Amino acid sequence: MSALLLSAPRPFDGRWLWWLSLALSLALWLWGRAALPLAFDYPKAWQIPAAAWIGGAINWLVKEASLGPVAFSDITRGVAAVVDAPYRMVLALLATGVQQQSGGVTVQHVPPLSWMAVIGVMALLGHWAGGLRLAALMVVCFGFIAVFGQWQSAMVTLASVLVAVPLGVVFGLALGILAWRFAWFERGLRPLLDLMQTMPVFAYLVPVLILFGFGPTAAVIATLIYATPPMTRITTLALSRVPEEAHDLARMVGCTGRQRLWRVLVPSARAPLMVGVNQVIMLSLNMVIIASMIGAGGLGFDVLSALRRLDFGAGLEAGLAIVALAIALDRLSQAVAQRGTANDIGWQHPYLVAGLAMIGAGFALGLIFPAVQTYPEAARLSTSAFWAAAVQWINLTFFDTLEAVKTFFLVWLLVPVKRFLLGLPWLAVVALLGVAGWRLGGWRLALLTAGLSFLIAATGQWEKAMVTVYLCGISTLIAMAIGVPVGIVVATRERVWAVTRVVIDTAQTLPSFVYLMPIVMLFRVGDFTAMIAVVAYAVVPAIRYTVLGLQSVDPRLIEAGRAMGCTPWQILTRIRLRLALPEILLGLNQTIMFALSMLVITALVGTRDLGQDVYIALTKANPGNGLVAGLGIAFIAIIADRLLHAYARRARARLGLEATA
Amino acid sequence: MDAAPDTLVCRNVWKVFGARAAEQMQAAGEDAARLVAMGLVPAVRAVNLSVRRGEIFVIMGLSGSGKSTLVRCLSRLIEPTAGEILFNGQNLLAASEAEMTQIRRHRMGMVFQHFALLPHMTVLDNVAFPLEVQGMAQAAREARALEMITLVGLTGREASYPRQLSGGQQQRVGIARSLAAEPELWFLDEPFSALDPLIRRELQDEFMRLQSRLHKTIVFITHDFDEAIRLADRIAIMKDGAVVQIGTPEDLVLSPATDYVREFTRAVPRAKVVRLASLMTPGPVPADMPCLPARATVAEAGRSFLSGAERVGVSRDGQAIGTVRREDVIRLLLGGEA
Repeated sequence: MSALLLSAPRPFDGRWLWWLSLALSLALWLWGRAALPLAFDYPKAWQIPAAAWIGGAINWLVKEASLGPVAFSDITRGVAAVVDAPYRMVLALLATGVQQQSGGVTVQHVPPLSWMAVIGVMALLGHWAGGLRLAALMVVCFGFIAVFGQWQSAMVTLASVLVAVPLGVVFGLALGILAWRFAWFERGLRPLLDLMQTMPVFAYLVPVLILFGFGPTAAVIATLIYATPPMTRITTLALSRVPEEAHDLARMVGCTGRQRLWRVLVPSARAPLMVGVNQVIMLSLNMVIIASMIGAGGLGFDVLSALRRLDFGAGLEAGLAIVALAIALDRLSQAVAQRGTANDIGWQHPYLVAGLAMIGAGFALGLIFPAVQTYPEAARLSTSAFWAAAVQWINLTFFDTLEAVKTFFLVWLLVPVKRFLLGLPWLAVVALLGVAGWRLGGWRLALLTAGLSFLIAATGQWEKAMVTVYLCGISTLIAMAIGVPVGIVVATRERVWAVTRVVIDTAQTLPSFVYLMPIVMLFRVGDFTAMIAVVAYAVVPAIRYTVLGLQSVDPRLIEAGRAMGCTPWQILTRIRLRLALPEILLGLNQTIMFALSMLVITALVGTRDLGQDVYIALTKANPGNGLVAGLGIAFIAIIADRLLHAYARRARARLGLEATA
Repeated sequence: MDAAPDTLVCRNVWKVFGARAAEQMQAAGEDAARLVAMGLVPAVRAVNLSVRRGEIFVIMGLSGSGKSTLVRCLSRLIEPTAGEILFNGQNLLAASEAEMTQIRRHRMGMVFQHFALLPHMTVLDNVAFPLEVQGMAQAAREARALEMITLVGLTGREASYPRQLSGGQQQRVGIARSLAAEPELWFLDEPFSALDPLIRRELQDEFMRLQSRLHKTIVFITHDFDEAIRLADRIAIMKDGAVVQIGTPEDLVLSPATDYVREFTRAVPRAKVVRLASLMTPGPVPADMPCLPARATVAEAGRSFLSGAERVGVSRDGQAIGTVRREDVIRLLLGGEA
């Protein structure tokens, strides 16, 4: 929405409608408050009590719903058991060992894998999949976790990831295949996937919490909801991109339907499918912190509690441990994808024997030397104190400066924009969105944008939605204002780009909570803090897409420009930026999506928008409010996404990069 | 050879793409112009042809001429809209899907333009794949696959993956795979088009060598007229979905039916197409005269006259059947008419 208000589409043909509705809206805004109050405040009496409905429905599901003799709660318990059993096993193996509670005393029967054995096995896996370099990387990543005393938590996190990933892959693959096979299934699934991906995770944490109870099981299920959609999408896409000849081959050799799918099509799509697996792994790790709010434990819980204590150092270390885990699993899965063909992954004796030997040796030595079993306390490092001191020093030294910066932004930017947006009549905004949708994508898009924005008003969330739009809009603008110039500067300088890329890749794997902590410590809670955190997080896609767009401009055109005697500035403004516009628009789109997802997290530091509603609903375990507010954010995201996509498509068509049809 | 029975016969085969094509065609009748006017795409129009047992039948056409659609209609990978396709007298269009699966498994083989090798399988597994699909035991199918790999000259590469092979080698694997089930009807859909010219030539020779051993009934698709002339017993030229002319390479070159065909044949040296059989004078051959096969082209025969001989004998199946005169050969080599 903000994207529309702040970067209105350039008028071309049919512009009269645009100007007319703009003029009407302006008139309404200036003089309509007295004449048409309901255009400003959606009448309470007409509100759709969606929150109550959803809350009621979930209550009913939990307490009364049944399929014949089987109660719904039994079904959820069954699902929970399917997740729970493997989780307990992996957890026992990695973190807890086999224990028994008797009379308040925990008796350890079998210890978990020793840290040395885990590092050894990981190194072996790395060596098998990617040679010595990968093996070294695995040792460094897991060694880091051990040295900084994060081992126990990291293994709890790893256990939940190891359970969530295979389940996510299997479900994603199954849904993707169904969607590929049956057009009607795809049509039904697609909006659901859109919603799952745009809805902030907090929103469905509450229903999951109510249905599955507090604990790691619920966390794994929430992770699955979050991490499965990309796998499903990639599966459908990959299968539909398998070359026609492979289909012909399958029929010519007389494959049955099943043989065709599993022996020919799925293996042919292996490369993109492995990208999907990688996505599931990365998204599962993204969820680690949020999932700890409903009982995942592990590193996520450490980060969260550090944030609550405002212990930046501890949070950073746990956060970096998540990054180490992410890097290790990411590289490992990519190497396996490149190396492995199904036939290779048989019994590879040397590796298997060495792995088992390491586990056995770790176990035996662990009985004699405790340091082998558990990383010794004395050898741990911690940087907590250093960071605390650093932050304190900055606060003491620069307090006035920081305060001045903050006040300046609040008074001159944040507050005026917020006032302006809150003063807009909802009716006009809905109408303008409808017109924009019609101009960019026809009546279907118009119906979608106007309908969704109306629903936000009708469920009584207009004001909070506007606060969301204001924070997201300003942050997006600032992120673009920083990201696009940076992108332009680094795009043509190969070395600088290589460095920048490492920085932004790392920034993206860093859990978003980690951004929040230092900012909170410097600026305390409030809108300004939220804005900085969102900008820091959302500037990454702005840079990335700008660079992508500029680098993908056809070099022949630049050559032609140079041949005609363009100055570098002319080449940049007249050729490169023009042609990169579609990508930059998609970057803007991504920036908005990133901003919205970060915005929900900043609710932890006290904003007053929809994100806050979602978060409060979570703490009060109120599923109706949480879902409605979550849907509100999802609607904003969908409106912005569809409008920008339609605009980018038009831009591409105009440049002849994409067929208009 | 002329007496060989027909293995595959097409009678008035149509393939029309578009919504409810079959019904629309019933209404409109077999009139390509009307079908186009109705927004349909008649990709194959009223094709009649017959492929004789053991011959290499080449379907030649430029891209968009419908040749690939036609070959897919022949194996019912694409369902023809109208017509009859008889395979050894059995109408394929009346066969059930299960019957078609059996026919494709055991009696048809196909080679694809872009090889269509399965990237996750070794050469050996790729070649054995059609047999595996049929449910053949591992030992038996691997023995058979090894035989095929030897046949196409890839011994030693069994354990390689397709990505480790060159384009030419990959297509050899494709050929081996298509032959693994011992099909009697062999489809090759532009098998050499994706290869560079030298490799293409090498594989064409290889293909001729294989055929001289195997005597399959072959439907070969190409857009390359030179390739068609080199390999074909008979050629069907397609344009806009219809067959323009069917004949031996000589027929096409010497008496093109339309300007379109003439355009293709113009650049082809006669001597490379005309075979000795059509230049010879039938009659007795002196016992000491060297003989050339009747299938040999005039260009191939030219060398035999270097010694100054006035005449050379012509033989078919080892029987001397006539002679060719030096001056006829020279006239043709110099570009005159036969």
